[in-house]
Amino acid sequence: MSATALTSILIWLPIAGALLIWLLPLSRYATGSLALLFSLAEVGFWIEQAARFDFARSGLQMEERANWFGDLGVSYHVGVYGFSLWLVGLTVVAMAACTGYGFWVGRERPRAYYGLMLLLTGATVGVFVAQDLIVFYAFFEAMLIPLYVLIGVWGGARRMEATIKLVLYTMTGSLLMLAAIVVYGLNAGTFDLVDGPASASRWLFLGFMLAFVIKAPLFPFHGWLPDAYREAPPEVSAVLSGVIAKAGLYGMLRIAIAKFPDPTSFYRTTVLALAAAALVYGSLLAFRSTNFRDVVSYSSLAQSGLIALGLFAGTDLGFDGAVLQMVAHGLISTSLFLIAGTVERRTSEYGHADRFLSLRPPVPVGESLEPVPVTVSDFRLLGGMARGRPALATLLMTVGIISLAVPGSASFAGEFLILAGVFQRAWWWSAIGAGAIVLAAMYMLRLISAVLHEARGSTVAEEALDLRPGELALVVPLVAGLLLLSAWPAGISHHSFFGQSPAAAVRSQFK
Amino acid sequence: MTLHTPHIDWFGLSPVFALIGTAFVALLCAVLVPRALRRLAAAGIAGAGFTAGIVLSIWLYVDSAHGHTIVSGAFYRDRWTALGQIILCAVGLATTLVAVEHVPGWGRGSDPTRRDDHVAEFFALLLASAAGMAFFVGAANLMTLFLSLEWFSIALYVMCAIDYDAAAASVGGEAADARPEDRGAFGVAGGSLEAGLKYLVVGSFGAGTLLFGSALVYGATGKISFHGIASAVATHSLTSDTFVVVGIALIVAGLGFKMSAAPFHMWTPDVYEGAPTTVTAWMSSATKVAALLLTFRLMTTAFPANQHLWGWAFAIVATASLAIGNFAALVQRNVKRILAYSSISHAGFMLIGLSAGSALGGRALMYYLIPYSAMAFGSFAIVAARERELGVPVTLENLAGFGWERPFLGVAMWFFMFGFAGLPLGGGFVGKFYVFAAAYRHGWIWLVIVGVLATLVSLYYYLGIVRAMYMRPSAELQVQPGGGVAVSGGAPAAESLLHIAVGAALVVSFGSLFAVQPLIDLARHAASALPL
Repeated sequence: MSATALTSILIWLPIAGALLIWLLPLSRYATGSLALLFSLAEVGFWIEQAARFDFARSGLQMEERANWFGDLGVSYHVGVYGFSLWLVGLTVVAMAACTGYGFWVGRERPRAYYGLMLLLTGATVGVFVAQDLIVFYAFFEAMLIPLYVLIGVWGGARRMEATIKLVLYTMTGSLLMLAAIVVYGLNAGTFDLVDGPASASRWLFLGFMLAFVIKAPLFPFHGWLPDAYREAPPEVSAVLSGVIAKAGLYGMLRIAIAKFPDPTSFYRTTVLALAAAALVYGSLLAFRSTNFRDVVSYSSLAQSGLIALGLFAGTDLGFDGAVLQMVAHGLISTSLFLIAGTVERRTSEYGHADRFLSLRPPVPVGESLEPVPVTVSDFRLLGGMARGRPALATLLMTVGIISLAVPGSASFAGEFLILAGVFQRAWWWSAIGAGAIVLAAMYMLRLISAVLHEARGSTVAEEALDLRPGELALVVPLVAGLLLLSAWPAGISHHSFFGQSPAAAVRSQFK
Repeated sequence: MTLHTPHIDWFGLSPVFALIGTAFVALLCAVLVPRALRRLAAAGIAGAGFTAGIVLSIWLYVDSAHGHTIVSGAFYRDRWTALGQIILCAVGLATTLVAVEHVPGWGRGSDPTRRDDHVAEFFALLLASAAGMAFFVGAANLMTLFLSLEWFSIALYVMCAIDYDAAAASVGGEAADARPEDRGAFGVAGGSLEAGLKYLVVGSFGAGTLLFGSALVYGATGKISFHGIASAVATHSLTSDTFVVVGIALIVAGLGFKMSAAPFHMWTPDVYEGAPTTVTAWMSSATKVAALLLTFRLMTTAFPANQHLWGWAFAIVATASLAIGNFAALVQRNVKRILAYSSISHAGFMLIGLSAGSALGGRALMYYLIPYSAMAFGSFAIVAARERELGVPVTLENLAGFGWERPFLGVAMWFFMFGFAGLPLGGGFVGKFYVFAAAYRHGWIWLVIVGVLATLVSLYYYLGIVRAMYMRPSAELQVQPGGGVAVSGGAPAAESLLHIAVGAALVVSFGSLFAVQPLIDLARHAASALPL
């Protein structure tokens, strides 16, 4: 197998898996195992791709190009750069963990569920490797299709509002991006991202950026975020904040900043201000919300702001830090949402645990399509979960500590690089960023203490068990990845862009 | 006395003859074949007719690289005609498959002797309307244009009304639809007869408008052939002649009725809702194919000098269709009405390509029609299956749980809805991209923005159908399957032919996303027959 085929395999293997799962009438366990097999195979292929990637070479690697419709200059063109390699890796690892979580909790309607999860994997990988604007757009939109159904069918009680908000917000952005793509591509004569020239049009820049700031999201385009993250099943929230949000930030780097250098500097202050607002506002919201998932949601908003701050600083350190932080935060928020899911399953309004995890008889669950109805993630009803549950306590503590950027952690490296990068632009941006990191420590420690310590919450079943081996197998690899990154952040920050200067690489459009 | 007769290229007309010939055979079937065998015999004849039509029009496509007129300038034998005929015959074949199990008449009760009363006539009318459309797309002068328009329209009027005595039964159960304003002249909400009558009245008005416009153009230019009109306008500099301008306006309006573009769309939701769903499926895809292809040819061939006029006219009609179609669909509960308004909005999208009036616009229009006709046909066929299962009109309420009960049809509907919305799950996405590209090349970026905003609005109701199918448990269902006046009254019928037709529509709409280049090449060759 040639290395160039790996990129296409990473896109189409899970999509083929989805079709296979939809066609084969397998049992619940067989379907889940098959899906897990496909997502682990993805991880394997990605490791192979990373091993064959030549970091000493400039330009696009493992490139594949085929005519799609030539008269308008559209081709199926995929390939990876250093930074896209890391984001693909984040995608396949996080999706494998989340698919495994779905298997562990035994989602209803398994064939539909696993097929959609695999479709989502393929589409997200497609976004990170697409080198043609139409291919990029197609995958960018294709991500929304499984997400819509995953939230709408397996989500919480208010899932309808959440899905409508999610779709209308994100489609507003991406449809205007389509208009921008049409204009850019027809003017340039090609839709190719590698061949396409830089453009000085501010309108086009705004068309692209609107899609990306909604997807990321940045303040004030985050209206869809709290609802979607709260109503989605935990593993889908994990994908949304860990991976999908990164697609918006990746789009800023790959398209908005690289293809529109003049508009980028024209709007730099505006975008930095929005990013700083997202950072501060997200942190404040996280600090005053009383719900496990809301804290993680708003901290994702804050982190998106921080990463955008790094990207739009436009300096070497900023770009390096932003890529590192994208991966680190992807792993952190995936782990946190999965842990939130495991915590929720150990609680209920009546103080009973989920039937799989409790020694008591299960609470009868009505219509099977309805989600397990009474999970609780409100702090005021949680607490004291550390007692007798050392694995849960250790994992939540570890991820929490890493996420609040203690020195030595992966996100410390990322945040430090970003703040140093944006300091070169102007000192007050890093002052704002540093202030927000203090807020991060406040909300994360509050989260840890409210869930793990304090008196036992009224909804926490005393007999609810510690993390089961199945759950550990999902979260521990993510945390191990985080610890590895903490030990060697340069693995990403020095291997994302070719050459000594990332800013120069961006200016040369990664050629 | 010798009468000069034109040379007739029989082969050039062969798809039309295949269809009209089999229509006569199907009609004979109605009297000669015993009732028990009539349904299958007539369907078999129709299937053979459409298959022959597909084969012959493919042959013509290959054989007509250099387009020319035949029958002394009355009909075009070129690739634009042939590709249109291929699409029409393919939709016709799919309609035949669905009609075997969903032929109008199921509402008459379970007694097969009553149900199969008009079955052969139905297939004869289907073939006749297809023949009319196949002639319409190749019309080369105003006379053949009008004759073939009436030809297929009259067949469609009858097809809409063919369930004339079944309407009351099929509507009784649905309280939500029994609002007084919905009750038509016969006290029956959305009845087939009412639909047929409404279509007849409005359609005749449209045809009259078209005829009047044609008369004015003829009066000004003295020509009826498209080429003749163009050269007369050029030689006598009639570009801003009042008769020509008013004539073009009236022709645009008359054809606007057929393609159900706003503001000529008023009949569409009522007729689509009231007509038997199989007929709606046929009309929504085939009539649009025929009307849009003919309009593009007529405008670019006969009135190239007036493009500044009709280009703007169609741009405005497109904007109106997009606005009215999408906003009106938002408040509908009946799925057939939603899809009817959606077809109005898609007429708007295709008119964007038409209004550009360029080679790219022609390609965009031709390409767009392929996934569109597949998705429109497929979605109405699925509604037909649900309707038969419930025995009442399909609404967003009683669609609940459908996706889980009928996995294949549910997934197909899911694909069609996302495809209609322009999400990249089918060729609808590429079609939209092409019409936007055509509008932008024409310098109309505002039309691109209009199209984009219309797509955004449309998402709400397309996703509403997906939401109704998948995200609400069947417990919320108002009417249990089989609990209404369903004919089958129990487990859903096997409907294997309907599944085949829907599967084919799914393959076309999904495949057209990947096979863009071959389809665009076909469309380019077709559009090269036009003077662009």
